[in-house]
Amino acid sequence: MTEEELPAWSLPAEAVERIALPEEWPGEVSRDWAWGGAAGAGARVCVLDSGIEAGHPLVGDVQESVAISVEGDEVIVEERDTEGDLCGHGTACAGLIRSLAPECELASVRVLGAGYSGSGAVLLEGLRWAIEQGYDVINMSLSTTKQKFAGLLHELADSAYFRRTMLVASAHNMPVESYPWRFSSVISVGSHEGADPFEYFYNPAPPVEFFARGVDVEVAWNGGGRLVCTGNSFATPHIAGIAALVLSKHPELTPFQLKSVLYLTATNVGGGA
Amino acid sequence: MSDDLHAAVAAGVLGSEEQFRSLLQSIVDVARAIFRAKASSILLLDEEADELVFEAAADESSEALIGKRFPSSTGIAGFVLVSRQPLVIDDVLADPRFSKETAESTGFIPKGLMAVPLLHEERALGVLEVLDRPQDAKFTLAEMELLGLFANQAAIALDLLQRARLAQSALEGEGDLGVVARVAASLERLREDEDGSREAALRLLAELEKLL
Repeated sequence: MTEEELPAWSLPAEAVERIALPEEWPGEVSRDWAWGGAAGAGARVCVLDSGIEAGHPLVGDVQESVAISVEGDEVIVEERDTEGDLCGHGTACAGLIRSLAPECELASVRVLGAGYSGSGAVLLEGLRWAIEQGYDVINMSLSTTKQKFAGLLHELADSAYFRRTMLVASAHNMPVESYPWRFSSVISVGSHEGADPFEYFYNPAPPVEFFARGVDVEVAWNGGGRLVCTGNSFATPHIAGIAALVLSKHPELTPFQLKSVLYLTATNVGGGA
Repeated sequence: MSDDLHAAVAAGVLGSEEQFRSLLQSIVDVARAIFRAKASSILLLDEEADELVFEAAADESSEALIGKRFPSSTGIAGFVLVSRQPLVIDDVLADPRFSKETAESTGFIPKGLMAVPLLHEERALGVLEVLDRPQDAKFTLAEMELLGLFANQAAIALDLLQRARLAQSALEGEGDLGVVARVAASLERLREDEDGSREAALRLLAELEKLL
């Protein structure tokens, strides 16, 4: 036996009170309980993507814009990124999150633009940086197929989960192994063909856990423009936006609890009525 | 066997660059046909230059684009490559930048495009684009699946093309392994001769193998 204190993963009788939960859950978790009356205020949402065009009519203000790059072993964080969006995709995601949670805080962490070859390392470092900032939700439509990053991404995804940051990641709709969406500490999202932004389904056959609107979605794009787009990467910000709504009303929820709320309020569970 | 040696031996027996080019051409032609689209093209990632290069195009107006290069991580194709996520844009509502960018990279201003990454094992090899499918048909997830299946096939073809090029450079190279490639190539050519020199060469190689 060492003289260390009892590890945090045991629960002596006198400590039961210490982990008392701040809120009583209702007999039935409804959408009204989950986010009724909420508009996202107080929730901090990060879009890990191609940048965001601030001031786009469908996006509005962006509270923070950061660009990540990697040179050799050095990680460079440009804290005032002025490049905007190098594709349009990040703006699309931001606009969707804004449409669901209009009062949430939006942060752009740009991990695109420094070339393809270093993109795996940049994705990893961007995610690490975002987790360190303690955002409530991180929306990521990016994934990597490189095995060498899988272990590190897994550790990062778990650390986000333990630090109360909900990672919402696009599932891959092609038959390849890619990360981090496959990890159980994140919420993975695929598309359904419906048109209702609040329609989402729980999938009892993972790895994809939820399906949200992802076909023919009108989104914001560069130059103040709009496009109609399809892809899992547009389903993801729907779940991220709804997660922001829930967290703005119930900021104490852990990722496990948040996932449970999303399950209980899914269209095919308790949210369809 | 090392990659280089493998490439050197393969040099003599793999198909030629032209054969693989026609395979890519057939892929973009079929992609255009099954989606009833106006155009289709394949961009290959040049890892050394970190750029995307047009390798094949299924309409005459885009043929001039072959060999043209684009940044590997910006724009629609760059996003698709880096994110590994297919992207379908069906209706360009109001976006001058989108139009300019895609016009530069496709040769005309499309109303919509589908872009899908070409993934082979761990690597992203390039991007397949299908431009202007008919607007009357609503996009469905079944089409998305078809696009993914099709991209798989294209990725295998691209992988073969890259191997053929690696093999070709081993064959032409001045390095130590060039001789292996040239011997393999010679044996391949001897196949057509009837004078028994192929058998003689193989016997000689068998003796060499014993010696080694």
